[in-house]
Amino acid sequence: MSQAIYVNFIKDNRWKYITDGLKVTLEVTLFAVLIGIIIGFLIAVVRSTHDKTGKLKILNFLCKTYLTIIRGTPVLVQLMIIYFVIFGSVNISKVVVAVISFGINSGAYVAEIFRSGIMSIDQGQFEAGRSLGFNYVQTMWYIIMPQAFKNVLPALGNEFISLLKETSVGSYIALQDLTKGGDIIRSRTYDAFTPLIAVALIYLALVLLFSWLIQILERRLRQSER
Amino acid sequence: MSVKNETPLIQVQNLGKQFGDMKVLEGINVDIYKGDVVFVVGPSGSGKSTFLRCLNRLEESTAGHIYFEGTDITDPKVDIDKHRQKMGMVFQQFNLFPHMDILKNMTLAPMKLQKKSQQEAEKEAMALLERVGLADRAHAYPSQLSGGQKQRIAIVRALAMKPDVMLFDEPTSALDPEMVGEVLNVMGELAREHMTMVVVTHEMGFAREVATRVMFMDGGNFVEEAPPEEFFGNPKNERLKAFLSKVL
Repeated sequence: MSQAIYVNFIKDNRWKYITDGLKVTLEVTLFAVLIGIIIGFLIAVVRSTHDKTGKLKILNFLCKTYLTIIRGTPVLVQLMIIYFVIFGSVNISKVVVAVISFGINSGAYVAEIFRSGIMSIDQGQFEAGRSLGFNYVQTMWYIIMPQAFKNVLPALGNEFISLLKETSVGSYIALQDLTKGGDIIRSRTYDAFTPLIAVALIYLALVLLFSWLIQILERRLRQSER
Repeated sequence: MSVKNETPLIQVQNLGKQFGDMKVLEGINVDIYKGDVVFVVGPSGSGKSTFLRCLNRLEESTAGHIYFEGTDITDPKVDIDKHRQKMGMVFQQFNLFPHMDILKNMTLAPMKLQKKSQQEAEKEAMALLERVGLADRAHAYPSQLSGGQKQRIAIVRALAMKPDVMLFDEPTSALDPEMVGEVLNVMGELAREHMTMVVVTHEMGFAREVATRVMFMDGGNFVEEAPPEEFFGNPKNERLKAFLSKVL
């Protein structure tokens, strides 16, 4: 056991594959989620504005097309297309490619999360805002969005967590993430068990940690209604 | 009834509203003067609420014109948000903002739309809360209030914008019976202060007490209009007679 740990993590500073990989995984997840939230927010606004007012027909069509394509194809295929086809002839960091790919992918899911959040707010809230003299955007911003955000927070948290795990497919473009780190150790030591179990445990710990943080945030937000 | 030679605050001309093929309102003409307390009564589905909601364009009319303070607000080029600031509205379901405390509910619009300072807006809000006896709930959240309290807050939230007219859409219909009184008290006080009011309600006793005019809507138009004594004491229209015999 201690021999296995020595060979896989201590010898030749192999633990660095794990810690460096972890850094990349967190980096990619964090920035991809940010991009996803921005894309998702914009699309949700377009889509729900269209649902509520019938305006923005062309934009809504474009958004729907994006949602269909992104949600209709595997994320790994999207990643490979972006890396090998779109940026195929450009020398670009794999981290950046991964952030862009996962961000674009996540945006589609976040958009539907936000949209369902906006549509779940009672129409009376919207009418109350408009009747006070707020315009559409102000009503959305001051009254609908804060409530919608609170409602979708658990779903957004789940999206973050599933994205964290999903980034492991980045190995396909040789992204040096946590998964790849464990895999490199395996190829050096010919021991599959130790590094892969370690990697799995780290993912599990991260997921538990983030679930807990989201729970705290949720409780904090809900307190304001009691 | 008000003096006839002044211009009406709200002038409704030939108003119509159609949902698809269904005509909900047709050919409505009403003048509402400053200080009028107009009660709109009628069977459910007669178009009362739709009429009220057309007045501030929460519902878009499909025919006719509505002049508010001299401006045709049915003109699509008109900045309706500006005019809505002068038309307070109270809903059946209160529609307080659950993510804000009472004070924030009341100061949001004055601060953002009338550019009042927080201090000024809060001072005015507190004065209004004082009036309806809810000053001690200023920092409560809507979910902590009873239905009657919520509706009183909804009324003063609208009043905080210093509107020229208040629209009430069945303000007591969602309340438990024992809470109806406290809301009617606030409305009655407003009426005595000569706030211009348009009230859609089923509270006939209250209408008789505070209305300056009562209008009976049936089948998408007003079929009778009279001061309350005459409206309830000596109704002329057959449908109104039948309606009153059922609800009184």
